[in-house]
Amino acid sequence: MEAGLTKPKRLILNFWENFRSAWSRRNREETLMGYLLILPAFILFLIFGVYPFYRTILFSFTNWNGISSTFTSVGLLNYQDAFTIDDLWWKAMQNGVFFAITALIFMNGIALALAVAVDQKIRGQSIYRSIFYIPTILSGVVVAIIWKWLYQPIGGPINQLLTSFGLGSLATAWLADSNTVLWAVAIASMWMGIGAPFLLFLAGLQSVPIELYEAGRLDGGNGRQLFWHITLPFLIPIATILSVLTILGAMQIFNLVLAMTNGGPGSATEVPVLHIYREAFKYAKFGYASALSMIFGILLFTLSIIQLWLSRKIGIRSA
Amino acid sequence: MNSTLSRKRLPVGRGFLHLGLIAWSLAAVLPMVWMFSASLQTNQEIYQGVHLVPQTLNFQNYIQAWTQAKFSAYFGNTVFYTVTVVLGVVIFSSMAAYAFARLSFPGKNFFYLGFLIFLFIPIPGSFIPLYVILVKLNIINTRIGYILPLIQSSMAFSIFILRAFFEDLPKEIEESARMDGANLLQIFWDIALPLARPAIATIIIFTALNVWNEFTLALIVFSDQDLMPLQVGINTFQGTFFSQYSLMMAALSITTIPAIIVYVFFQKSIIKGIMAGALKG
Repeated sequence: MEAGLTKPKRLILNFWENFRSAWSRRNREETLMGYLLILPAFILFLIFGVYPFYRTILFSFTNWNGISSTFTSVGLLNYQDAFTIDDLWWKAMQNGVFFAITALIFMNGIALALAVAVDQKIRGQSIYRSIFYIPTILSGVVVAIIWKWLYQPIGGPINQLLTSFGLGSLATAWLADSNTVLWAVAIASMWMGIGAPFLLFLAGLQSVPIELYEAGRLDGGNGRQLFWHITLPFLIPIATILSVLTILGAMQIFNLVLAMTNGGPGSATEVPVLHIYREAFKYAKFGYASALSMIFGILLFTLSIIQLWLSRKIGIRSA
Repeated sequence: MNSTLSRKRLPVGRGFLHLGLIAWSLAAVLPMVWMFSASLQTNQEIYQGVHLVPQTLNFQNYIQAWTQAKFSAYFGNTVFYTVTVVLGVVIFSSMAAYAFARLSFPGKNFFYLGFLIFLFIPIPGSFIPLYVILVKLNIINTRIGYILPLIQSSMAFSIFILRAFFEDLPKEIEESARMDGANLLQIFWDIALPLARPAIATIIIFTALNVWNEFTLALIVFSDQDLMPLQVGINTFQGTFFSQYSLMMAALSITTIPAIIVYVFFQKSIIKGIMAGALKG
């Protein structure tokens, strides 16, 4: 009981002590200057960062429609609806998982292969490096429209090329067919996103000290063994952070899908953020949309924590 | 000699490696080359089949997009937003970063942690309450209502980078200036800020590219077409004009070319920045 009281008391005393010394004539200028310098950033953060975060939590327990000045608390009803009634939400989640898994396997896989290839002492290394990053500087909307055109059933380059190679039977309306549309969108998104994982893998590869390879070769290791026992352990930290970022990015895909398919055909490419956006701005269900973003935010946060924790375990074992 | 040259050679030939790398280079570049090429063709020509070299150079599409389809207005808006947001981010984040790196004041760690947490917690759908507060402040569908939240969302990353940079600067110069009687504001403005030029340049480039490509916030803030930036403009445009491929591709080129020019000029520092960040993070 007593210990419980002393801790906050000590904290307050500590703070008071800090404050007094900060306010003493010698430190006053520095303290004032410090507050002055962080003030604009701090105000913007409160208004546009902290406050919206706090409001999302509050809204998620209400039936607010985004316009009227009155709304009532509905308790956990929004959360209950999300888990029981809203099939489209789970379809959107499923598609998000699809984008995350394809990106983890194909985008990061190709990125690693390209990084390993460029990392060989190969001619034109810096040219390849610059070219591979180009798609990443385009916006999601631009990439969506370019690829939408490439995929066009009539007059789209992909079908035109297929026809001119005598493969016209393969030509299809890529974005209108619910069998192909998910892959079509995933390919455009991976085409755009591959620049960052490529550069991060390359940075990881180039951070391996050359001496390690020399030592490994002296011990009689061949190329493949060197890769498995020296290169790969060095890549694990980067690969972990990268897979967290890839999952977070792919699950939150929005611009590209909105501009390319708008979730269609039907609900074939519905994704979580698009669903949240529509619930709020099209159906005026701000309360419900807030609950969805809480669920989604907590899920993403948990995922990244678990993954970082797992990687730390693996990292310790391999070290 | 041989051992340093064959640093980490894969058990495949150089020719094979180049083949793969060139194939991916084509995959990365071709869609954009197609876009530029189609923007100079007539619609008829595009429907006839794929050819990368236009039969005649036709700039009509650009003129039409620029004058009739509002792209001159969208372009001007995007330039304006990019410049103001970059300015705001550079000024506010270098101020805050310097305070966090060099000055001591009560609550410093608490505030810095607050900034950092917002860098790492994903808040999908935070555009809902953001919309609400913009309505409340009566700045929805205004330029300032777009600029301020964008400055805020770009700032955490910049503060993080700049603080690390300020901390790595040698303290001696600032201390001797202090001896000579300079006040803290002068030290920040005349000494620390000029020394941080390389880090600030990096932040300018990354922030500018981000703002140029920003879409989601603009979608929520603007209902007035005259205020919209390129990215939202082009998405509205495709709703009506998508089947006019050549016009569409000209509009896309207008949207893309500035970003590509920036990339071509600064690709070395962009790539270095990302790779250095990867190793620190």
